[in-house]
Amino acid sequence: MMSEELAIDVKGMTKRFGTRTVVNQIDLQVRRGEIYGFLGPNGSGKTTFIRMLCGLLKADAGSGTCLGFDVIKQSEEIKKQVGYMTQRFSFYEDLSIRENLDFVARMYGIKDRKTAVSASIERLGLAGRERQLAGQLSGGWKQRLALAACLIHEPKLLLLDEPTAGVDPKARRDFWEQIHQLAAEGLTFLITTHYMDEAERCHRLAYLAYGNLLTHGTVQEVVESAHLTTWSVKGNDLIKLAGELRGKPGVHQAVAFGTTLHVSGGDAAALEQAIAPFRKDYEWTLIGSGLEDVFIHLMDQSKDNFAE
Amino acid sequence: MSHRFSITRFLAIIIKEFIQMRRDRVTFGMMVGIPLLQLTLFGFAINSDPKHLPAAVLVNDQGPQARTLLSALRNSGYYEFVQQVHSEAEAREVLEHGEVQFVITIPQDFSRNLLRGDKPTLLIEADATDPAATSNAINILRPLLTTALQNDLKGPLAYLAQSEAPIDLRIHALYNPEAVTQYNIVPGLMGVVLTMTMVMITALAITRERERGTMENLLSMPTRPFEVLLGKIIPYLFVGYIQVVLILVAAHFLFHVPMLGNLGLLFVAAFVFIAANLAVGITFSTLATNQLQAVQGSFFFFLPSLLLSGFMFPFRGMPQWAQTVGEVLPLTHFLRIVRGVLLKGNTFADISLQLWQIGLFALVALFIGVFRYRQTLD
Repeated sequence: MMSEELAIDVKGMTKRFGTRTVVNQIDLQVRRGEIYGFLGPNGSGKTTFIRMLCGLLKADAGSGTCLGFDVIKQSEEIKKQVGYMTQRFSFYEDLSIRENLDFVARMYGIKDRKTAVSASIERLGLAGRERQLAGQLSGGWKQRLALAACLIHEPKLLLLDEPTAGVDPKARRDFWEQIHQLAAEGLTFLITTHYMDEAERCHRLAYLAYGNLLTHGTVQEVVESAHLTTWSVKGNDLIKLAGELRGKPGVHQAVAFGTTLHVSGGDAAALEQAIAPFRKDYEWTLIGSGLEDVFIHLMDQSKDNFAE
Repeated sequence: MSHRFSITRFLAIIIKEFIQMRRDRVTFGMMVGIPLLQLTLFGFAINSDPKHLPAAVLVNDQGPQARTLLSALRNSGYYEFVQQVHSEAEAREVLEHGEVQFVITIPQDFSRNLLRGDKPTLLIEADATDPAATSNAINILRPLLTTALQNDLKGPLAYLAQSEAPIDLRIHALYNPEAVTQYNIVPGLMGVVLTMTMVMITALAITRERERGTMENLLSMPTRPFEVLLGKIIPYLFVGYIQVVLILVAAHFLFHVPMLGNLGLLFVAAFVFIAANLAVGITFSTLATNQLQAVQGSFFFFLPSLLLSGFMFPFRGMPQWAQTVGEVLPLTHFLRIVRGVLLKGNTFADISLQLWQIGLFALVALFIGVFRYRQTLD
């Protein structure tokens, strides 16, 4: 693949804090105009990886390019064309919406600042609230403000770190609508999330656990590559059943999903053998594995190298 | 839920506080460090009875009685003759520059006039901007000189010793003849207030960004350390000038402090001084990890400034090591400038050395700040 088509093309990115390797030899390629999902449990190194991309942390090893610039040496250039939305709201709570946007616009040296700020307020539906202090905004509005501020300098790549954490479903939907529209206009996104529905809205995704990249690709590719067989079970006292199934050879996981239980395993034959004694008492249906089944499976497989 | 005092809950709070205290190593260190610093400063550096004050002599008579008087002054421990001047003008100059605290003038034919019973004049001029520094040295003069001469005036001269005062002792307390303490304290307060507020405000500037999480955002934007640091300093420069004006107005209307020198010159000097303090604050800000530490850091700077600068206690009363430390602090030099300009009418040439030292301090502090400032979150 030509590197011009790649917004992010890095190899071997590694970050250590003391003796702990928080990000371990991660290779990542993200195409321009793509929405790339970044998933993984808390503390898996997603935020650290993003911070290395935009020059907030120095990588201990690794090389490659971000928007065509050297990811290690040219972080100043990268910063100019990247919008980074932090996990925690990080604009000035004692400044109003407009003042915050004005500040950001000046930081990026935007020429027609007033127009840019007004347009951004308009586009994000913040009109009428522009004089409100950022600290008084609710979670959803803070998120809108943060996104508006990240977009004001017309970046080519947006790094969004759990942008929808603590945001209501309606606001989340609006947010994703906007992301897709911006991606269609050519903007590239790298988004971390814990929500499966959001993961499925990404063009491609990667799964990290404990600093290692475990799998990546489209949703379909990720699911297929896991080679996971999943049965959905209905019946009484599923908790007891789950307890009995766990630990049996062939059963990797037994997880409650509402009124059903998902039982998965990597080896279809072994799994079938394990569930055979319980077939008659419950209603069993073979279903396709979902992303969540795959992720929980991947997480269980990988060892927590941080545990003391 | 019981409404009575619960020992368990009470213990829970105590234990938690101890754990948190132990985690914040810097705060813990300060709790031990500040008392030690205070002990050292109050215990060893401060002396309210300053001795060995530098004095210059203008000797126009080499007679034995003149020499007796000078050695009596030296032996008192209060006067240390560091310099010999040759004219009235030169005497005035060394006093204005603050090089010496006293000039002692022995007129021509001093000894001869003394022996003839003509009551010759012995002139002692003192830089009395800080009355506390000179008062003891002046108070001992009369009894000291009378006893000193008693040894010389024996035998045939004994009749002179009988008379009430064989010499005419004239003491000129220059710059602050009525020994008004406010004349010294109020201008000095300008420097103290600036040191306290400027260092503290800016020390909080960067730590606040870090604590509120806005630092991460700021660093993700394309900025250079100098832009951030200078940008944070400049607004407080204005705050500093408001304080300067406020104190000058109060000094003039409330305390009637004389203002002999050029106020414009004072404003120029204040610029350098405020900048130096802001630079210190910014440097603390880059060293501290939270706002509490930043405040403690500024306190650590403020305390020696207050005690070793000559604001509260006479600078020359301190031991050599304390004076050396004091010479490093910007407040020490600024006090000399403010007192010099207001009370002595100092000109730019008189204060340039002091100003230069403050400027050097500011530069060093700012460079440490820039060096310490991290472009990354590492």
